[in-house]
Formats: sequence, C-alpha cells, structure tokens
Amino acid sequence: MKRSPRIVFFLLSVAGFAGVYLWGLTGLPAVGHYRGPYGDVLNQVATYERHVTDVVTAVNFDYRGFDTLGEEFILFMSVVGGTVLLRRQREEDKSEHRDQNLSDKSPERQAPEPSDATRVLTLALVGPLVVFGLYIVAHGQLTPGGGFQGGVVLATAPLLVYLAGDLKKFKQITSHTLVEIGEALGAFGYLAIGLAGLILGGAYLRNVAALGTTGTITSGGTIALIDLATGLEVAAGFVLLLYAFLEQTLEIRLRGGK
Amino acid sequence: MLFLQFTILSFVAVTATAVVLTRDPAKQAVGISFYGLVMALMFFIFQAPDVALSQIVIGAVALPLMILLALTKIRRHEEEERVRRKEKKAA
Repeated sequence: MKRSPRIVFFLLSVAGFAGVYLWGLTGLPAVGHYRGPYGDVLNQVATYERHVTDVVTAVNFDYRGFDTLGEEFILFMSVVGGTVLLRRQREEDKSEHRDQNLSDKSPERQAPEPSDATRVLTLALVGPLVVFGLYIVAHGQLTPGGGFQGGVVLATAPLLVYLAGDLKKFKQITSHTLVEIGEALGAFGYLAIGLAGLILGGAYLRNVAALGTTGTITSGGTIALIDLATGLEVAAGFVLLLYAFLEQTLEIRLRGGK
Repeated sequence: MLFLQFTILSFVAVTATAVVLTRDPAKQAVGISFYGLVMALMFFIFQAPDVALSQIVIGAVALPLMILLALTKIRRHEEEERVRRKEKKAA
C-alpha cells in the first residue's frame, strides 16, 4: 500500500474512532459514582461471610474462584509453552568452536564484572525481598496483595543474585528440580482445593475450610490456602521462565573462564 | 484529590505516547518500565492498591525484563544463523 492512501485511511479511522469514543465517554458515570450492585454488596457481606478484610482477594479466590483458576492455568500453560519454545537444541550447538565465533566471546562484548557496590547492595536486598514476598503472599486475605503479586516479588530474588554476578548460585537456584515441582504443585494445589470443596461441600471451590478469626493470618478458609498455592505457582513459573531465557547466555558466561 | 487524579492521568498519557514513539526496542523496554510505574501510581491514586501492586511488579519489572531477555535471545539466534551460514559457505 502506498503512503498517501494509508494516511487517508488512518485519518478516517481516527476520526471515526474519536467520534464513537467521545460519544461513549458522555455515557459514563461521574468519577467516584459506582453503579454496579455487586461491588457494594460484596463490600457489605465479604467480611461477615468469609472473615477476610481484603475483599479483592476474597473475590479473586472465592466468589469468582473458578475464573481465577482459568487465569492460573493460562499462566501455567504460557510458562510451559515458553520453556518448550526456548529450550536449547542441545545437539545442535554442542560444538565448542561455534560458540567461539559468537561475538559474546569477544572481549569487548563480555559483560563487565559487577562493582563491589552493586554486589553488596543486591545481595543485601535478597533477604528482605524474600521476606517481603512471603509477607505479601501470606497476608493476601488481610491487606492488598496476594499470591500473584507476592509470587512475582519472590521470583525477582534470583534475579538480584544474577545482577550481583554470582552466576553459579543463580544457576543452582533457578535450574533446581524443586522449582519445576513447585510450579506443578502450585497449579495442582488450586485444583485439589477446589475438588475438596466439591467432595466436602457439594460445589467446586466451595469454601469448606475453617474460616478462623477475622484479621488473623489463618482467616479466610480456602482463600488463604488458594493464596499460598497461587504464590507458589507464580513464583516458580517466573523463575522457570527466567532460567529458560538466560540458560544459553549463562552457559557461555560460565564457560568463559569466570 | 481531583487535581492529583488529573495530574497522574496526564502523566500516563504522556509516558504512553513516549513509549509508542520510541522506535528502538531496548530503549522502549526502559520506557515501558517507567510507564508501568506511573500506571501503578495511577491505580494507587484511584484507590485500587491490589491492582497497583500487580502493576508495579508486572509493569515495571517483569514485562520490561521479559522484553530485554527476548531481545537478547533474538540477537543470539541471529548471530548463530550468521555463523552457521559462514560455516556452510566454507564447507
């Protein structure tokens, strides 16, 4: 397609879209005026019904738990797909001299050694980061956050190790079989908790565990359990992806005499 | 409050436009990280702390990271192809 018809087509689409969009905007409720009934209802009943203080987590892992199960498996499948897609064809580039020809081997393309300041700061942050991630996962039903957010925070911890230049440790952490088991266990845990609801309560994902006292870390029944399973799955999934992406670079840099 | 909302929304608009106008993918990854941070602030100001937390970790850390890692992977792949072609020619 030539340039000028493209621009005409673009301007026509923009004009059309802008018109419909502005027309739609006039129909929106004013800022802060919520019209749907469900949010108000849930805000009223969630604390009473499920003994939780963060209604968003209650909605995600209980009231619409089945949708979140679907989302969970979208993540699971994309991690599996990504790992399969990125796996190194080992036979294909085993030969040493091919690696020698890659420009990563040439001295000016070598990643510089991290400075002492970077190393100290990143390694010092690993501990607090893990604690913070666990905190966010464990307090999903009490404060904003939950398994998903906390899981991603946890997954960034090995990345700090990588930034600190400790490649061997990074490889040990991320290529561990436990990560794969954790990923599978997290996804299975969600399914199993749902099945427990079906067996004990007559409906899939029914909240059958003891609800506990509102405001404590064990409150929320299955909400807290699903929260933990999600945290495990998300953290392990992201770590797996990290390793899949960095595997090849890692091998070469480790072999590069460091 | 309204002033804060207006400011953050204009920030989102400006950073989003900047990301779209950046042509180099590596620079775009840095830009999208900043955009993610501004978005997180926006969610926080509009009283959605749960979404803000997800946005910080996904938008400001995970997404740019995945983009950068994918770029590294692509570059390596291209280089391997080049080396392979050269070897074929030599053979």
